[in-house]
Amino acid sequence: MPIDKIFKDDANEEKGERARMASFIGAMAVADLVKSTLGPKGMDKILQSTGRGHSVTVTNDGATILKSLHIDNPAAKVLVDISKVQDDEVGDGTTSVVVLAGELLREAEKLVTSKIHPMTIIAGYRMAAECARDALLKRVMDNKEDAEKFRSDLMKIAMTTLCSKILSQDKEHFAEMAVDAVFRLKGSTNLEAIQIIKKPGGSLRDSFLDEGFILDKKIGIGQPKRIENAKILVANTAMDTDKVKIYGARVRVDSMTKVAEIEGAEKEKMKDKVNKILAHGINCFVNRQLIYNFPEELFADAGVLAIEHADFEGIERLGLVTGGEIASTFDNPESVKLGHCKLIEEIMIGEDKLIHFSGVAMGQACSIVLRGASHHVLDEAERSLHDALCVLSQTVNDSRVLLGGGWPEMVMAKEVDELARKTAGKKSHAIEAFSRALVAIPTTIADNAGLDSAELVAQLRAEHHNQGCNAGIDVISGAVGDMEERGIYEAFKVKQAVLLSATEAAEMILRVDEIITCAPRRREDRM
Amino acid sequence: MALAFDEYGRPFIILREQDQKTRLRGIDAQKANIAAGKAVARILRSSLGPKGMDKMLQGPDGDVTITNDGATILEQMDVDNQIAKLMVELSRSQDYEIGDGTTGVVVMAGALLEQAERQLDRGIHPIRIAEGYEMASRVAVEHLERISQKFEFDVNNYEPLVQTCMTTLSSKIVNRCKRSLAEIAVKAVLAVADLERRDVNLDLIKVEGKVGGNLEDTELIYGILVDKDMSHPQMPKQIEDAHIAILTCPFEPPKPKTKHKVDIDTVEKFETLRKQEQQYFDEMVQKCKDVGATLVICQWGFDDEANHLLMHRNLPAVRWVGGVELELIAIATGGRIVPRFQELTPEKLGKAGMVREKSFGTTKERMLYIEHCANSKAVTIFIRGGNKMMIEETKRSIHDALCVARNLIRNKSIVYGGGAAEIACSLAVDAAADKYPGVEQYAIRAFAEALDSVPMALAENSGLQPIETLSAVKSQQLKENIPFYGIDCNDVGTNDMREQNVFETLIGKQQQILLATQVVKMILKIDDVISNSEY
Repeated sequence: MPIDKIFKDDANEEKGERARMASFIGAMAVADLVKSTLGPKGMDKILQSTGRGHSVTVTNDGATILKSLHIDNPAAKVLVDISKVQDDEVGDGTTSVVVLAGELLREAEKLVTSKIHPMTIIAGYRMAAECARDALLKRVMDNKEDAEKFRSDLMKIAMTTLCSKILSQDKEHFAEMAVDAVFRLKGSTNLEAIQIIKKPGGSLRDSFLDEGFILDKKIGIGQPKRIENAKILVANTAMDTDKVKIYGARVRVDSMTKVAEIEGAEKEKMKDKVNKILAHGINCFVNRQLIYNFPEELFADAGVLAIEHADFEGIERLGLVTGGEIASTFDNPESVKLGHCKLIEEIMIGEDKLIHFSGVAMGQACSIVLRGASHHVLDEAERSLHDALCVLSQTVNDSRVLLGGGWPEMVMAKEVDELARKTAGKKSHAIEAFSRALVAIPTTIADNAGLDSAELVAQLRAEHHNQGCNAGIDVISGAVGDMEERGIYEAFKVKQAVLLSATEAAEMILRVDEIITCAPRRREDRM
Repeated sequence: MALAFDEYGRPFIILREQDQKTRLRGIDAQKANIAAGKAVARILRSSLGPKGMDKMLQGPDGDVTITNDGATILEQMDVDNQIAKLMVELSRSQDYEIGDGTTGVVVMAGALLEQAERQLDRGIHPIRIAEGYEMASRVAVEHLERISQKFEFDVNNYEPLVQTCMTTLSSKIVNRCKRSLAEIAVKAVLAVADLERRDVNLDLIKVEGKVGGNLEDTELIYGILVDKDMSHPQMPKQIEDAHIAILTCPFEPPKPKTKHKVDIDTVEKFETLRKQEQQYFDEMVQKCKDVGATLVICQWGFDDEANHLLMHRNLPAVRWVGGVELELIAIATGGRIVPRFQELTPEKLGKAGMVREKSFGTTKERMLYIEHCANSKAVTIFIRGGNKMMIEETKRSIHDALCVARNLIRNKSIVYGGGAAEIACSLAVDAAADKYPGVEQYAIRAFAEALDSVPMALAENSGLQPIETLSAVKSQQLKENIPFYGIDCNDVGTNDMREQNVFETLIGKQQQILLATQVVKMILKIDDVISNSEY
């Protein structure tokens, strides 16, 4: 007696081998997609959105590429998810994590076809991941004590991160900027305090780090363009008509004169408010909301610089840098903390006028102005710089560093190989496979650079047989070289996150033996 | 059939629009139902045990869930068949009642149905089979009671509890750190348990997850974690010895429920209204300040002006805190939820030793920790993990472990896992079968066979020879008359579940057998299925 079906119409079910195949293939396809962006000679991708305007993004950031993909394969979604988490947590290594997970699954597929149970593979992978982590821990360098050296470590990390991006031409310049900016944060990971302003025009080299704070706004007409020793009131209040907030209030009048009277009262109220604000003894007023013509005029009369419609982040940052508090009521001028800065002036970048606050009280925040030929370049530059900043701010907290250029992978692979030799049972196959997956990363780096990967990796492996070797792939010269001399460093935290989340994701996909897809939710045709 | 005639020869309709309906009768109906039930059980069968596999479920909106929790799989499976829906219900009721063993109960029911089919082929009436199952289940439950063991634990010696929770967790993806998770679960349950009354209110344990970090970073917080931050970015991020005002009224002008209008027709009225408004905000903040609150937690939003006033008066505040969280905070801090500003009094404030804001990762995710509370009866388990699916699966696993710990506090009896209890029951039921005269004897024997299917599935999933392993263990149990031998899923080298520390709760097992029997009885009694063929 055949059962007709137990699922709803469009739902379907894939079992056993087929399910495993579907998830392996999906995951590997995603990994192969981003594979070619790995490493300093990795290529970029053009992403065109299907939305209105078909906007185009050019990037080589793994997380950005994967975020924009429309993926139907559930296993592929797992990979997209881990890359997103990697982005949120450490900011860099988003491509590596996907590539490593893909390689782990590719190796697992081979093992499954040779009749090794997925659970055994998982057990082997876990042991291998643990061992690989220990191997890294043994070789980490920590220069937290030595400020000079620590700074040079950070510089090197920033340069390594940037060299795979569009900024690689001027990586020293940008690395310098990123390191300066992060040092200003003094250990906090709050990257909001670093503002990135993008202005098309000029070349990437013209980008600069500004000690002060730049607000992308114009100064009102008839107001002073330059203020020294500014006292700033940062506010979030309605400066149009101040509505009566008591519920149900409305104006009901019976004659035109009364309308005029009430309008007068309203105006009076606004004037009051402006006077109260002026009573703070300020010469600059920044509001988050709009400032209407009438109050603006009043401010101009009083010789106060009024800036309207600074967005929320701008306000928060301004509060942070100038040390003022964000005010919404103005009845107690004596107890409101005002922000201070030495000089406010209008500056020109390219063709745009911006307001520049310099000599601010708290040195934590700073602005980075990016210049570049086009919006695409600027967007990509911002993403790259963001990656570098993330990595640096994380490294400031966890100052352990490793060498780069495939060095950590080779170190791990060597240890894992040794573990495989010591382990009895079927697990050792899985452990061996893990080491092969690790080696795939330097291989990909070499491949992407158009080098003879087989030759280089073999050479590298031989080099690593010696204790304490610093060899990695030097993509620039196309040979095996000493990574310490070349100054290619990576943050330990990034590598560890790559290793652990890739293993976790591979494990998760391996455990699946059945995929059940629900019927897609029907959407009303909105035509 | 659809048309009958009364004594005057007039036709009347029994079944409307019969040609649009499909109908299955008698033995066909039973067979079809059994097949559907079996199909559901087959899906879950491979998820059973520590080496069970996971299922990947893609929801209607394209969201992906990876789990091996039986109840979750069935819930999200988009099942259409009526009998399959019954199985879903079955696993759900096990989830509500016990919280664990949701896969086992479905596999058990599937096995019972399979055996019933064989008996039907022999020509035994379904009702007799159902009755036989009923008797057998009673025997099995009694036998479980007999072989169960009580173990002693108290607040300081909770090792046995941890062991049992570990058995539950070992089948999940989190088994990498089952030890620490089991400890967290047990500590959480013990913290909120009422050991006198032997009751645990699991609502007091909040399970919160945040993507990022490692599974190993999962921690138990003796306090509350709120996924919110301070309402004003410049408020202090850390408050010691906080006195918390817990409010359910917004910092906004009052909104009477009855419809009303305030008419402004003169300038004076406009002025007074304006003054009134200012005064109102001022009063609200002042009231909080007067009773000595150092932190305000509010269910609703604040007006910009109120927000600044709070900031100005140095009174940190949190807004938009959900109702459930608010209640938990009230329980934990010993405060009262205050619905109106007028009713604020110093006694109604909650107290916490430390309130702090903590940020995560590179994005601006912040959470509020409320710790060292006056009353530590509410705790939070904070899960970290590599990705969203991992967190969700860990939440489900923790829930299972919490339920197990709670069940043990309610009833200290345990049975041995790894299929040992099922094998023991199977032996007992088989022996009891001979004592029953009548056709039921066959059904009882069939029940014993069905019980064997759980250890069989365990062995199969672990990559062992199912029949060989099962018969070896069975004969060992019979020979030595010890009900502790089970399937050695983890390849440890011993069959003795006492040594492997694999425990399950007695009530969980009993409930599994009872629930599975009930559902199977229900399915067997159906002999007519009428359904709309298409709609």
